[in-house]
Amino acid sequence: MRAPGGPEIAVGDVLLSVENVSLSFGGVKAISGVSFDIRKGEIRAIIGPNGAGKTSMLNVINGFYHPQQGRITFKGKTRPHMQPYEAARGGIARTFQNVALFRGMTVLDNIMAGRSLKMHTNIFWQLLRFGPALREEVAHRVRVEEIIDFLRIQDIRRTPVGRLPYGLQKRVELGRALAMEPDLLLLDEPMAGMNLEEKEDMSRFILDVNDHYGTTIALIEHDMGVVMDLSDRVVVLDYGIKIADGTPDEIKRDPAVIDAYLGVAH
Amino acid sequence: MALNAAAKADTFPKLLVRNAELFATRPAMRHKDLGIWQTWTWAETLAIVRAYAVGLNRLGVKRGETVAVVGGNRPKLYWSVMAAQMLGAIPVPVYADAVAEELAFVLDHAEARFAAVEDQEQVDKILSVIARLPRVEMLIYDEPRGLRDYDHSRLRAIDRVIEDGAQALAGDPALAAWLDNEIAAGKGSDPSIILYTSGTTGQSKGVVVTGERAIKAASDSVAFDRLSENDVALAYLPLAWVGDHYLNYCQGLVAGFCTACPESSETAMADLREIGPTYYFAPPRTLELLLTRVMIRMEDAGLLKQKLFHYFIGVARKYGERILNRERVSLVGRILYGIGNLLVYGPLKNVLGFSRVRVAYTAGEAIGPELFTFYRSIGVNLKQLYGQTEAFICVTAQPDGQIYPDTVGPPFPNVDIRIAENGEIQFRSPGMFVGYFKDEARTAEVMTPDGYIKSGDAGFFDEKTGHLKIIDRARDVGRLNDGTLFAPKYIENKLKFYPNIREAVAYGDKRDFVAVMINIDLTAVSSWAERNNVTYASYQELAGHPRVYDMIERHVAEVNRALADDKVMAGAQIRRFLILHKELDADDGELTRTQKVRRRFIAERYAPLIAALYDGSSEADVATEVTFEDGRKGVIRARVKIRDMKPEPVRAAMEKAA
Repeated sequence: MRAPGGPEIAVGDVLLSVENVSLSFGGVKAISGVSFDIRKGEIRAIIGPNGAGKTSMLNVINGFYHPQQGRITFKGKTRPHMQPYEAARGGIARTFQNVALFRGMTVLDNIMAGRSLKMHTNIFWQLLRFGPALREEVAHRVRVEEIIDFLRIQDIRRTPVGRLPYGLQKRVELGRALAMEPDLLLLDEPMAGMNLEEKEDMSRFILDVNDHYGTTIALIEHDMGVVMDLSDRVVVLDYGIKIADGTPDEIKRDPAVIDAYLGVAH
Repeated sequence: MALNAAAKADTFPKLLVRNAELFATRPAMRHKDLGIWQTWTWAETLAIVRAYAVGLNRLGVKRGETVAVVGGNRPKLYWSVMAAQMLGAIPVPVYADAVAEELAFVLDHAEARFAAVEDQEQVDKILSVIARLPRVEMLIYDEPRGLRDYDHSRLRAIDRVIEDGAQALAGDPALAAWLDNEIAAGKGSDPSIILYTSGTTGQSKGVVVTGERAIKAASDSVAFDRLSENDVALAYLPLAWVGDHYLNYCQGLVAGFCTACPESSETAMADLREIGPTYYFAPPRTLELLLTRVMIRMEDAGLLKQKLFHYFIGVARKYGERILNRERVSLVGRILYGIGNLLVYGPLKNVLGFSRVRVAYTAGEAIGPELFTFYRSIGVNLKQLYGQTEAFICVTAQPDGQIYPDTVGPPFPNVDIRIAENGEIQFRSPGMFVGYFKDEARTAEVMTPDGYIKSGDAGFFDEKTGHLKIIDRARDVGRLNDGTLFAPKYIENKLKFYPNIREAVAYGDKRDFVAVMINIDLTAVSSWAERNNVTYASYQELAGHPRVYDMIERHVAEVNRALADDKVMAGAQIRRFLILHKELDADDGELTRTQKVRRRFIAERYAPLIAALYDGSSEADVATEVTFEDGRKGVIRARVKIRDMKPEPVRAAMEKAA
């Protein structure tokens, strides 16, 4: 069920590494000289105050931004440039800070859309929806139904996404990312704007995804409680610079992190 | 219908064997899984249950011991009940939403060594109280999600138990013979199930029912409504509730009909529509909820549709019920109703999933007559029955063609009813229980020396029709200080007919006047708020909104007007009311698991509010402890306003009930 391409990587080995990456927009340095790695099977959090360059980092990882400097190695392949669809094909899926679903489409169709890269029949067959295209659609639908069952959204299967509350939309977006069967799942603030109960549900799903599918997860999150509970390792950015990297316990005690979050007396 | 064969089979495993022969290729059970309805025939069901029983036996389940079953309506849990019974063990279903405390009580009291549970949630709940349950040896679960990393020394997947049993059966021919023997060894007089009552009046009791009696009771009702293997029912009510066990398990096995399990509890309404059951049961609350949803959606419909809807619902009110009862109706009426059926009732029934319903029942609580006639008028053959867990359901039921909204029908076949001197209904029924599990004292309390069961309900036989009328729980009926009869449920049901009112609790016994606490219906009131530009941030704020109060006040005034027309109840008009700041919830002990109000408990819990209702103050502060779904506790504080109501002039001749 893994995306094809690249050598087999064992759990605990480096799946993706970012080396000395710098990214700037005109004169604004969003990221400067950041290095860290993500190991297969772990939940890795990227945290930092507003404007620290977290989302830029995710955009670099999935090929949306191209850094001026540095190297990114994913599944053993170092790449200079990559387009987002190449990243998707290579096994990187993501969700967005602002929900980016097709609002007029049903939950089912949205998640089916996540399978589109895995469709092999050509548009001719798909238009006819007959023979191989139908067989393929059924096979994909089975996977999508498993995800619907996994995320417990059976009751909204046929509901247009635009009519759903925000928390559920986030869950659907996670579903669409899961439909790609990614090796690496990037979550950009999966709990932003959620109430306590929704956060708890989402945390449970993230842990379950990690446990059940063995998916490696990199997430950006502001809720410190959530980050410390969920993640195996945390990297902290501030003004585009990496200021700490370690287990949640180490991060909690790191003076640089405390300064960045609480401010320093000058 | 092979009623003779049913009469011979005196246990459910024997019935299952019969069904596997008689209805071999007919569907026994359906379950929507991954979006597709899966079907098991009676022959397949028997094969699975046999393997399951062997698997359970290999784990150590023995004749005579109890096996707890905790979870929702899922085939594997129904099979757990069957497999336990096949071994002569006694299944004990427990409400899936029971909190850990309640679960611990039942498991401990029933002395269960094994529990078949639905999923991780139930496993976690039991593990959280396992220290107090030294007897529990093994949990077997249906849904493996999240349980992978658990210590499996005391955990097993149901699938694996079945597989293990199937392999053992395949490998050892003697085992099949042994199992046949076990099935044959089951006696009709053995307990077949222990149903723990939800307990409106305190700690729950385990009602023991034997196979023979359960089958007799179910056979009577199957014959009464001519149910057959061609019928279909949807199992969506709590597995541990006597009604579900009776309808979907006992009647299903006796009649051989198909029981469909919804995908999840949230999808039950959509699944209802897909399955289109022919035999349907719903407590009044569910029927109310369905109607509320329809009404809310009608409010949002276009003007033409609204006009059409209301016009034809009017036509239905006028003729529908009489057409359903096969009475004489004018040609014009029939034509109008026919058009209405084409344009409104047919599509409406289709949306509700009632298109194929041949027989529908409601019970559990009194149903508002308006609600009842509404469903009948659009052509749903909805009937009332009056039953009790101790009776193994039916005490009375309305036969086709003799439906009166205010009665619950004549005595059921083979049921013997009498009204005691104090007005209490007492009965003997074919399915009646043999006793409360390990509780002879309380068994003796509800049994009369000559073998009748005291129902605890007050009622009388209507002189005109000979049908039974229920007044209220006998212990709830009281009198105001001026001697007026006060039947709280009667008043509450009138209030609850309004979609905006979800729950009402009336007080008045040994008081000067009647006062009520009201729970608004969040769905209906929030939709109203949206249309009327009422903004709010929380349930509490909405409940306390002056305009919501105004709206509820109008409903209360209408109820008072209706009460004023009733010669017995005219003096029991509502004089003061308040809207509660939180929804009454079974997790807080305010409702039973079957969603009935626990009046006394609420009175204690909201004592400051009750005091304020009767001391004339216009508002009161209250702090209540609430239990969240994960078992944590918190406190909600609120200032609740109280409104006074003017009594309506009494139009009927005032006669004090003497």
